[in-house]
This record gives sequence, structure tokens and C-alpha cells, in this order.
Amino acid sequence: MVRVALPAHLKTLASVSDEVELQVAAPVTQGRVLDALEARYPMLRGAIRDHVTLERRPFVRFFACARDLSHERPDAPLPEAVQSGTEPFLVVGAMAGG
Amino acid sequence: MSSVRVLVGTRKGAFILTSDGKRQKWDVAGPHFAGWEIYHVKGSPVDKNRLYASQSSGWFGQQIQRSNDAGKTWEPVGNKFVYEGVPGTHQWYDGTPHPWEFKRVWHLEPSLDDPDAVYAGVEDAALFHTTDGGQSWAELPGLRGHGSGPHWQPGAGGMCLHTILIDPGNPKRMFIAISAAGAFRTDDAGRSWRPINRGLKSQGIPDPEAEVGHCVHRIAQHRSRPDVLFMQKHWDVMRSDDAGDTWREVSGNLPTDFGFPIDVHAHEPETIYVVPITSDSYHYPPDGKLRVYRSRTGGNEWEALTKGLPQRDCYVNVLRDAMAVDALDHCGIYFGTTGGQVYVSADAGDNWTAIVHDLPAVLSVEVQTL
Repeated sequence: MVRVALPAHLKTLASVSDEVELQVAAPVTQGRVLDALEARYPMLRGAIRDHVTLERRPFVRFFACARDLSHERPDAPLPEAVQSGTEPFLVVGAMAGG
Repeated sequence: MSSVRVLVGTRKGAFILTSDGKRQKWDVAGPHFAGWEIYHVKGSPVDKNRLYASQSSGWFGQQIQRSNDAGKTWEPVGNKFVYEGVPGTHQWYDGTPHPWEFKRVWHLEPSLDDPDAVYAGVEDAALFHTTDGGQSWAELPGLRGHGSGPHWQPGAGGMCLHTILIDPGNPKRMFIAISAAGAFRTDDAGRSWRPINRGLKSQGIPDPEAEVGHCVHRIAQHRSRPDVLFMQKHWDVMRSDDAGDTWREVSGNLPTDFGFPIDVHAHEPETIYVVPITSDSYHYPPDGKLRVYRSRTGGNEWEALTKGLPQRDCYVNVLRDAMAVDALDHCGIYFGTTGGQVYVSADAGDNWTAIVHDLPAVLSVEVQTL
């Protein structure tokens, strides 16, 4: 089970109050986690990554295990602690706007 | 007794203001979609409980929300706005080619006869359409595909398609406006379009016959006379009596003819309203006085409407989609400001009161007469 923590605005949009738990088939990658997230919550499509290119939106970042994974390849395996559900995969709205 | 519902989009959420026909006591609901920019909220004219909202964020992009119960509850619907075919390029601010990129929905215009059909005007400028209540959106590519498209250039606020007027007597005819490309008309339900900018004169465009490039801020129309159009251009208030084929200036005695919104009285097709703004360098009212100007002659002769509006130290702006009228017997006029006030006049502009004083900056105001 993979745990995903969403920023406040996306929790509101998806009508969830806490972390989301997802079943993700191995290998657990950023792309597969986001696929599973968007399949469960279609309203998040386009809010984290582009509908067509699937590129991360500029002001969205990914973190886990105290590491910035924003620039990792979508098909790169996520840390073991994320795959096991020990640590959440964090979707973060970048601090921006002055 | 009839009542009214005012749909307000702001920088930080949507608000719904309701009152009976007297328009003296108001209930304020919101913020809906707190923290998000709500560029526009509009209801279907055939199902007044069906509302659509454009919700956007610099972080999380575009959402479209739909309500079936007059805004009590909402559900996100489709938000996939993908340009048809190869997007191509328009001109960037420096005149170089720039790829078309979807940024947000500025304006939602529900169909006059189908609550599931809506047009969406977007930035970078294009027109989209849904026929399934917003679940899916498809571009009407004939507009962006007009031969002038590569020469369109964004205004300071972005290259937005902000005005959509559906001809009530001819469903195949629509008018749209783009900053800063100009106004366009279709006579075949959106398959093909032609620029309707003849007679517009804009500083910086030396060619008086320029087909595109004019910074049109807003166009308004009265249902009873769809061939008569009123335009607030960047500078100049304009009028057309031939569905946009030709325009003439009707700024007349306005203290300044720069501004954003323009609207028409619900029952008097020659009575129009604007809010003069000092200039494109000073986006606030002249002399710190917030004044709506009314013409009862279709332009040229204007009177200042000031009763109840701040007449000193007022430096707000009124944006292009932030004025609306109701259809009660005594026509109500509404507008919202970047200072967060929403004003109402229940007597066609003679007297004004603030419904709310301290909302976030108001981006749009629409009114439903119930």
C-alpha cells in the first residue's frame, strides 16, 4: 500500500481529509503512483501533471524520505520506504507567489 | 415576488449573494472553492439551478465545477482543454512567434436552450464547447484557425477570449472578443469566423484598416436587438448597428473612455453603462471618484451616477466581466471592484449600495433573475 499526501487544495478538490492509500503494482514508480491516484480521483487529472504530456506542473513538487524527487524520471522506482507504505509520497504545492 | 442571485467570482473563491426583488437585504454564501481564482460563474438560462464555475490556480491549473442545486453543492467535471490539431503559434509581446499554450478559462457561456451545452473562452485565445454538461470539451478550431491567428498578440492580461455573445434570434450566429486580437463573428455555428473590427482605431496600430490587433475589453448586446453591439475598447466606447460589420465611436462626453465593462439595461436597449477608468497606466477611477456612467441614447451623451458610490479616495478597478444587470421590472445594475465591493442599484443606476464591502478582488459578476 502506497501512502500519498496531498496539499490542502487538492485534498479539498478530491474530497479527502487525510492521506490517500493506493494499491500500486510493482515496480512502484512515480508515474504508476500518479496513474493510480488519478484513476481513483479523476478530478486530480491535470492538477498535478499535464493531461497530455504527463509532465509535472511547474509549481508542483514531489518529496519522499526527505528527498526532492521532483526531477526523477517517472519510471524510476520510488524509495523502498514509500513502496512499503512506511513513508508517504508527498505532493507539494511549491512555495511561490511572493 | 421575484428574487435575484448574484454570482461573484473573486481572486480567492466564489460567492453567491441572494435577495428578494427589493434587493435591500442580502444573504452571502461562500467562499466556494476557497483560495482558488474564480474567473467566472454563470447559470444556465433554461435551468437556473445549473451553474458552471471556472476555478483555476497557478499551482494546480484549471478546474470546471458544476452545480445542479444553485450552488449549494458542486462537482468537478471535465478540465481537459486540448487545442485541436497542431497548436501553432501566435505573436509574443516582442513580436516573435510563441506556441499556443492553454492557461485558464476566462468566460463560460451556457447555451440559451440546453443546460448541458456551454461555450468556454480560454487563454491562450480559443473557444471550446461542451454538450455533456462539462464532462468533455472540444475546441471549435475555426476561430483559432482563422488566417490571422499567427498575428494575434496578448494584451497585458494575457491573450484571453473573454466575451461570448450568442445571438438569441439566430443560434448559428455568435460574437466573441479577444484581447488583443479584436472581435469576431460566426454565422455558421462556429465553423468559420471573420474579424469584425472595421472602424476601430487604436493607438499603436497605424493602419486604420487593420483586420486584427485591437484590444477589445468587452462587448454587450440587448436580446431584443442582437445586431446592435456596444463595445468598451481599451480606449474608446464603440457601437455597431450592423452586427459588427462597422463600428463608430460613442464616447461622447465621458471623462475618459478607457475602461473594462459595458452593459445594457434589461428593458431599454439604448440605455448602456460603463465605468470610466483613468487610463491604461492608472487602473483606477479619475479623481478618486467611483462613477458609473449611463447613456440613455445609446452612447455619446453620458451622465455620471454617483449616489451611494465613494466620491473620494477610491482607487479600485472594475474588471471586464464584473458588471451585470437583472431582469426585474425595475432593472438592477451590479458591479464588483478589485477592492472587494459588490454594488447594486435597484433603480437602473440612480442609487447605489454595497452588498458586501470586503470580498477578495472581484473578477466577475453575473446575475440570475429568479
